[in-house]
Amino acid sequence: MNHFKLSFRMLCRDWRAGELNVLVLALVIAVSGMATVGFFADRVELALSRESNQLLGADLLVISSKPLPEFYADEANRLGLSVSSLIKFPSMISNGENNLLTEIKAITEGYPLRGRVHLASRSSETTEIQVAGRIPQPGAIWVDEKVMTRLDLKGGDAVDVGDIQLTVTELVVREPDHSVGFINMGARAMINAADLPDTGLIQEGSRVSYQLLVAGEIKAVQQFRDWAKPQLTKAQRIEGIRDARPEIKAALERSEKFLSLAALASVVLAAAAIALAVRRFTQRHLDGCAVMRSLGASQKQLFYLYLYYFIILGVFASSIGCLIGFAAQEILTHWLTGIVDTELPWPNWLPALQGLLVGLVLLLGFALPPVLNLRSVPALRVLRRDIGLSNAHSIAGYLLGLVALSLLFIWKAQDLKLGLYIVIGFVSAIAIFGCLGWLLIRVLSSFRHQAGGAWRYGLASISRRAVSSVLQAVALGLGLMALLVLTLIQDDLIDDWHTSLPPDAPNHFLVNIQPDQLQPLEEFFQQYGIEHPPVFPMVRGRLIKINGKDVSPEDYADDPHAERHIRREFNLSWANQQTLDNQVVQGKWWSADSSEAVMSIEAGIAKTIGVKLGDELTYDIAGSPFSAKITSMRKVDWDSFRVNFFVVVPPGLLDNYPVSYITSFYVPPAEIAMMHELVRTFPNILVVDVAIVINQVQQMIHQVSQAIEFVFVFTVLAGFSVLYAAIASTQDERIYEAAIFRALGARREQLSRAWAAEFAILGGLAGLFASAGASVLGYVIGKHVLHLDYTFNPWIWLVGTSIGVIGVLVAGILGTRSALSSPPLLTLRKIG
Amino acid sequence: MSDNFVKQPILWTKALTKQVNTGDKQLTILQDIDLQVNAGEAVAIIGASGSGKSTLLGLLAGLDLPTSGKVHLDAIDIFTLDEDNRAALRGKILGFVFQSFQLLPALTAIENVMLPLELSAASNAEATARRLLERVGLSMRLHHYPKQLSGGEQQRVAIARAFATDPKLLLADEPTGNLDSATGIQIIELMFELNREHGTTLVLVTHDEALSRRCSRQIRLADGKLVQ
Repeated sequence: MNHFKLSFRMLCRDWRAGELNVLVLALVIAVSGMATVGFFADRVELALSRESNQLLGADLLVISSKPLPEFYADEANRLGLSVSSLIKFPSMISNGENNLLTEIKAITEGYPLRGRVHLASRSSETTEIQVAGRIPQPGAIWVDEKVMTRLDLKGGDAVDVGDIQLTVTELVVREPDHSVGFINMGARAMINAADLPDTGLIQEGSRVSYQLLVAGEIKAVQQFRDWAKPQLTKAQRIEGIRDARPEIKAALERSEKFLSLAALASVVLAAAAIALAVRRFTQRHLDGCAVMRSLGASQKQLFYLYLYYFIILGVFASSIGCLIGFAAQEILTHWLTGIVDTELPWPNWLPALQGLLVGLVLLLGFALPPVLNLRSVPALRVLRRDIGLSNAHSIAGYLLGLVALSLLFIWKAQDLKLGLYIVIGFVSAIAIFGCLGWLLIRVLSSFRHQAGGAWRYGLASISRRAVSSVLQAVALGLGLMALLVLTLIQDDLIDDWHTSLPPDAPNHFLVNIQPDQLQPLEEFFQQYGIEHPPVFPMVRGRLIKINGKDVSPEDYADDPHAERHIRREFNLSWANQQTLDNQVVQGKWWSADSSEAVMSIEAGIAKTIGVKLGDELTYDIAGSPFSAKITSMRKVDWDSFRVNFFVVVPPGLLDNYPVSYITSFYVPPAEIAMMHELVRTFPNILVVDVAIVINQVQQMIHQVSQAIEFVFVFTVLAGFSVLYAAIASTQDERIYEAAIFRALGARREQLSRAWAAEFAILGGLAGLFASAGASVLGYVIGKHVLHLDYTFNPWIWLVGTSIGVIGVLVAGILGTRSALSSPPLLTLRKIG
Repeated sequence: MSDNFVKQPILWTKALTKQVNTGDKQLTILQDIDLQVNAGEAVAIIGASGSGKSTLLGLLAGLDLPTSGKVHLDAIDIFTLDEDNRAALRGKILGFVFQSFQLLPALTAIENVMLPLELSAASNAEATARRLLERVGLSMRLHHYPKQLSGGEQQRVAIARAFATDPKLLLADEPTGNLDSATGIQIIELMFELNREHGTTLVLVTHDEALSRRCSRQIRLADGKLVQ
C-alpha cells in the first residue's frame, strides 16, 4: 500500500474537516514566531556588526609593524573581498614656527571600506558637513580640528610634512577608525599614500603601523581570517571590531546572547503549544484508529500512515510559518529602519531552515510518541467507548519531545553553556512543576467540599482531569516562565547599558595636567560653570622586573599582546579608595593608613603578563626604580569611559616621582567653544575628545535595546499560541460536559462560572510556577551567562501570577463561548 | 438444518471463556461457548443487557482476547495470530456494523466507505464506494459529513462501508440500537437485502426478539452461557 498517498489523503481530509486547525495554528504561530525572531535577530546581528565595523573602517584589519607581504591582499582579492591599505605613523607637522606631533595616515584608494570620512566645509557663518567621496589628492593633506587650531591654519595653507610641503584642502570632522587609545588621541591628518615616499618620513626603526583593510561577505571575511591566522608572523596581527573595541564586543555579545535567548524562548513556547495541540489531536483520533484497526489496519500500517501524515503536516505548516515569519520580520525591519538609521542587511536563509527543522522536530518529537500509542488503541473501543489509552503511555510519550527540545536548545543557543543551563532549567522546571502541580491539585480538591458553588465545580473539574490539568498548568507555566525570564533579563540588560553609559558619560579626557595647573584648571571650570571633575594622578613607568627578575619584551615573543604591554609605559596611579568601575576579585584593598609598598593590578593585564597575588613588580619611572607587591586584583569596567588604571598604589608611595594628572568629564555639544578656550589657555594639556566614539556606542546600544524590545513583542505573540492550544486542548471534553450539564438543567451562567473558576485556578498555578521558575532561571542566566548584576524583583510573583490568572481566564472564557452556546441535543447526538 | 452440517462452517468456537478481574473478585462474562456458523447463514445472538453479547462479538472478531477457548474464522485459529495478523484477517473477511455507527467525523460519506478499501490498497475504491452508497440510497449524500446526516443515513453509510470489501462474514452489533423503530426497520431491510445480494454470512447481536426472528437461527445468551 502506498502509505504516503493515503497519509496525504487522510491529511487533506482532516484539514478540510477542520480537525487540524488547532495543531496547524499552533505550529504556524510557533514557527513563524521563531522564524521572525530568527530572521530579525540575524539581520540585527549583521547590521550591528557591520555598523560596529564602521568604527574600524573595515571588517578586518591585518596590522604589522613592517610592510605587509602581498599575499594577504592577493588572498583577500581571490576571496572576492574589497581591499585597501594604509600606513599610520606619528610625525611632526609644521606651519612656519608652529610644530605639532600628529598621527599621519597615508591612505590608498578605497579607504574606508566601512563607514565614511566626514569633512566640514566652512563658510563665514555656517559649517556644512559632507561625506568625502574620495581620498586626498597627491599633494594635499586633510587635517582635523586640532591641527587647524594648534597650527593656526586655514584652508589652502601649506604645511611641512617631512621633506615635502602639502596643501591643507579639507577639515576632517569624523573618520571611522578613530580609536580610543590615548596614544592615538592626538592630532590627526590624512595624506595620499603616493606622497609618502617623498616625505622621507618612513625610515628603518620608525614607529609605523602598516594596515591592510579587508571587507566583504561575512563568510568570505571569516574564511580570510581563518586562512590568515596561521600565516601571521610575530610582527603581524589580525583585528576585527571585537578585538579592537572591548566595549563594543561586550555589547554585541550580550545582545547576541539575548537574541538567541529570545529565539529559545519562542522554541519553548512552540514546544508547549505543540505538545498541547497534539494531545487534543490524539484524543480526537482514538476512535478513528480503533475503527481502522477493526477494518483491518495493522499497527505497522497505522505507524507509517501517521509518520508520513506528520512529516507532511510538519513541512507544510512550518513552511507557512517560515513564510509568515519572513514577511513579519520584513515589516518589522521597515518599521525599525524608520526609527534607527541603519539599513539592515538581507538576512541569510538559515533561520528559515532552522524554523522548518524546529517545527518538524518538535512536531515529530511531541506528536509521534502519542500517535505511536494510537496504534495500540484496543480495537475493542469500537464496541466499548470507555476503553482508551492509559495516561502513563501519553506522559512517557512526551519524553522524546523533551529530548528533541533539549537538543534544539543546545543547537539554537549556539553556546553549550547557555544551552545546558536552559535545558537543565527547563527539565527541572517541568519535573518540579509537574509534581507540585499534581500535589497542589490533590490538596486543592480536598477543599472542594468547603468551597462555594462555582469553585466547587471548578475544583472538581480540575481534579477529574488531573493529568490534563497538570499538563496544561505545566505547559502554560513554562511558556509564561520563558516570557518572564526574557522580561527580567531584557530590563536588566538595557538598564545595565544605560547605567554604564549614561547620556552624560564623560566625553573628554584631559591628559598631562601638571601639578601647578590643578588650581588654574579648577578656576577655569568654575568660570564656565562646570563642576570640577575629579582628577587622578598619573605616573608613567615601564615594567622592568617581576620578583626581582629582569623582564624584556622578548620574553613575551609568543604573545604579541603581552609584548606590546611590556614595551609600552604603564600608567600608575594612587588612591585610597576604589572607584565605582573597579571591583576587587582577588586579594584585599589596602586600609587607609597603609604605607606598605603594595599595589592593586587589573586582573586582565595580570593574566596577560603572567603575574599573581604576592608577586613583586618593579617599574622604571623616569630612571628610578619603584617596587611594590601585588595584594589585590581588580576587574575594571572599561566600557564606562571613565579614567581607570592598570596599576594603583596607596597614596604617598609615588610622591617622589614625576606626576601629571588626568581627568574626564562631560561637555555638552553646545559648550564646545569652551574646549577651544581650554586648549588655548593650557597648551600643554592634551585634550582627548571621545564624543564621537561615545556617540557611536550609545547609538548602537539604543538600536540594540530597541531591537530587543521588538523581538520581545514577537515572543509574546508566540505565547498566545500556547494559550490558544491549552484552551483548545480540552474543548471537546467541555462541549460534551456542557451538553450534559445543560441537559440536566444547568444554566449557562452556572456553567460558565464553574469554568471560570477552573481557569482561574489553572492560570494561578501556571503563574505561580512561572514566577518561581523565572526568578531562579533569570538569576542563573543573568549572573552566569550574560554577566549582569541581577536584581531580584519581588514584583515578578505578583505580576506572573496575575498574568497567569487573567490570561488563562480571558482566553478560557473566550475559547469556551462556542461550547456554551451549542445546543445540548446537537452535541449529545454528535458524541452519540 | 441437516444441510448446515454439509456446509463448511465459516466460524466456530470451542469452549470460549472470558473472565475479568474486578478488584478481588473474578467475574465470568462468557463461559464455555461452543457455537458454529455456516457460510450463508444469518444467525442472531440474543440476550438481555449484560448477558455478554457484545463481549462475544468482540471475541468472534478477534478484537479482544479470551481467557480460554478458541475461535476459528474461515478455518483459521485466530488467537494463534498476533494482533496485526488478526487485523489483516478482519480486513479480508469481516465487515462490521456498529450500534454507534463509528463513522470517522472528519471523512465524508464516500470517504468513510472508501477507507477499508484504501487500507487494503484496493484499486477502485472510489467507484466501489460510490456504487455502494447509491445502492443504500445515499447518492445525494456522497460528500456529506457524518454530522450532516441523520442517524438512519449514518447507519446506511456504515452498512455500505461494511460491504465495501465484499466480506465473507458481516458482524452487526445492535445495528438499530440508536435508531427509531421506523428507521430501524428500513435499516434491517437494507442489511438483509445486501446480505443476500453479496451472499454474506451474518452474525447479528441484538436484544430485539422481533429482529432476531428475521434470522435463520437464534442463539440465546444468558449470564454468559448459551441457552439453546
